[in-house]
Amino acid sequence: MSEAKLQIRGLTKVFKTRREEILALDNVDLDIADNEFVTLVGTSGCGKSTLLSIVAGLQHETSGDVHVDGEAVRGPGRDRGVVFQAYTLFPWLTARKNVEFALRDEELSRAERTEKANELLALVGLEKFADAHPNELSGGMQQRVAIARALSYKPQILLMDEPFGALDALTRQLMQELLTEVWEQHRLTVLFVTHDVEEAVYISDRVIVMTNRPGRIKAEIKVDLPRPRRYEMVGSPEFGALYSEVLESIREESLEIEQLGSTL
Amino acid sequence: MFRIGGGIHSFHFIGIAAFVFVLIFSLWLLVTANNWVKPIFLPGPIDVWNRLSELAASGDLVDDILISCYRIAIGFTLATVLAVPIGVMIGAYRAWEAAVEPLTDFVRYMPVVAFVPLTILWAGTDDVQKFLIIWIGTFFQQVLLVMDNTKRVPLDVVDIGRTLGMKDRSILARIIFPAAAPGIWDSMRISLGWAWTWVVLAELVAATSGLGYRITTAQRFFQTDTIIGYILVLGTLGLITDQMMKFLGRRMFRYAESRR
Repeated sequence: MSEAKLQIRGLTKVFKTRREEILALDNVDLDIADNEFVTLVGTSGCGKSTLLSIVAGLQHETSGDVHVDGEAVRGPGRDRGVVFQAYTLFPWLTARKNVEFALRDEELSRAERTEKANELLALVGLEKFADAHPNELSGGMQQRVAIARALSYKPQILLMDEPFGALDALTRQLMQELLTEVWEQHRLTVLFVTHDVEEAVYISDRVIVMTNRPGRIKAEIKVDLPRPRRYEMVGSPEFGALYSEVLESIREESLEIEQLGSTL
Repeated sequence: MFRIGGGIHSFHFIGIAAFVFVLIFSLWLLVTANNWVKPIFLPGPIDVWNRLSELAASGDLVDDILISCYRIAIGFTLATVLAVPIGVMIGAYRAWEAAVEPLTDFVRYMPVVAFVPLTILWAGTDDVQKFLIIWIGTFFQQVLLVMDNTKRVPLDVVDIGRTLGMKDRSILARIIFPAAAPGIWDSMRISLGWAWTWVVLAELVAATSGLGYRITTAQRFFQTDTIIGYILVLGTLGLITDQMMKFLGRRMFRYAESRR
């Protein structure tokens, strides 16, 4: 066996409806190394979120398998932290209590738990908002708390399903910078799903482009931009070349979906 | 002010609402003061007020209110205590929903009024029968409302619980229930309003005390002023309990109000 942190082999997912069977994922193989940041990009409905959901253990594969650290995934577990696109903070708890909630099952004293929650909130720049409830936080702040919550119990892999997809473009950019900064300081294996090409190139070590349904891996683009990443890099020719490469690959898929191949 | 979805100053809102009340009251005064309608059909506001004052002075009014409140408290509590856990369960598990929901939906459409003779046969005419009518009238509705409140909890939030390694029972108690709680509270507030209807219904048919009982006896003696006075008292009590529930709900679920 290889020493991949996350190993996906022959992953296939079929959704059965009353009328038809939909092949969502078709024989996907993917390895992610320890502390690697990998982004999955693809058009809507290409199965990228389904793939992430299977890795999280929230959906079951039809065939194939997923291994984390050589161990087969059976259902969700604390070795994998998840951040969704939708706001998933518990509205009845403050930001700090939301993070502490994830630590309930760990053998920590109340004070240790609070201290750990404070540390994580500081990591995402929200120490001043620890006592605020989610309804007092902006969308970007809520997602930062969600990231803090997912990191709090030190999962082996962080799974992120378009976490910034609901945010406006400017906030999004700030979130990408913040996530990159946090990740560069505290390396972790990340599988990140998005359809934003710039986001994918900016934050990841490797971009995986998926085909339209049935989802297969179409291309793999290594992002060899230096780290730490800085926002100014977005304007550089190296960034531009990678951006074009990913975009070109996805664009073919989009054209096919929109049936615009002959016009554009 | 007269634009679909248009805003209105709260000062204007209160003004318009007060105006409608004053208008109806003035009409009532006008019609009765000029004897356009016989007092036996519609007594004037002053007669009604005097009658209520008499009943209040003799202690009858307070006794009637207390006994009706007591019946609601017991009947409504029994309904709520059962409906909330059952509603949460059938909102969370499809199998429980299949077992309970169609049956509840069926019972819900049976008119509560039709159960009155049956409950008298079963339980006689004492308080137990009143509890039973209130229970039948609220429980089945509550179950469906709570189920709906529970179903509105976003699945993503439940999934977060799963990824934290929580067991189903713990997800129910620590995520689904608190997430649904503000909605459940609101459902309880709405069903409490119905409970007032059912207690009066039960007391109208067979009782020896309570607000509804006083209304039937008043009818026998053509005391229209008592009837109208008590109807107004019932409306006021309903309004007070509703506002109390709203106030408590706002205190408890302050976090549920959107501020951004």
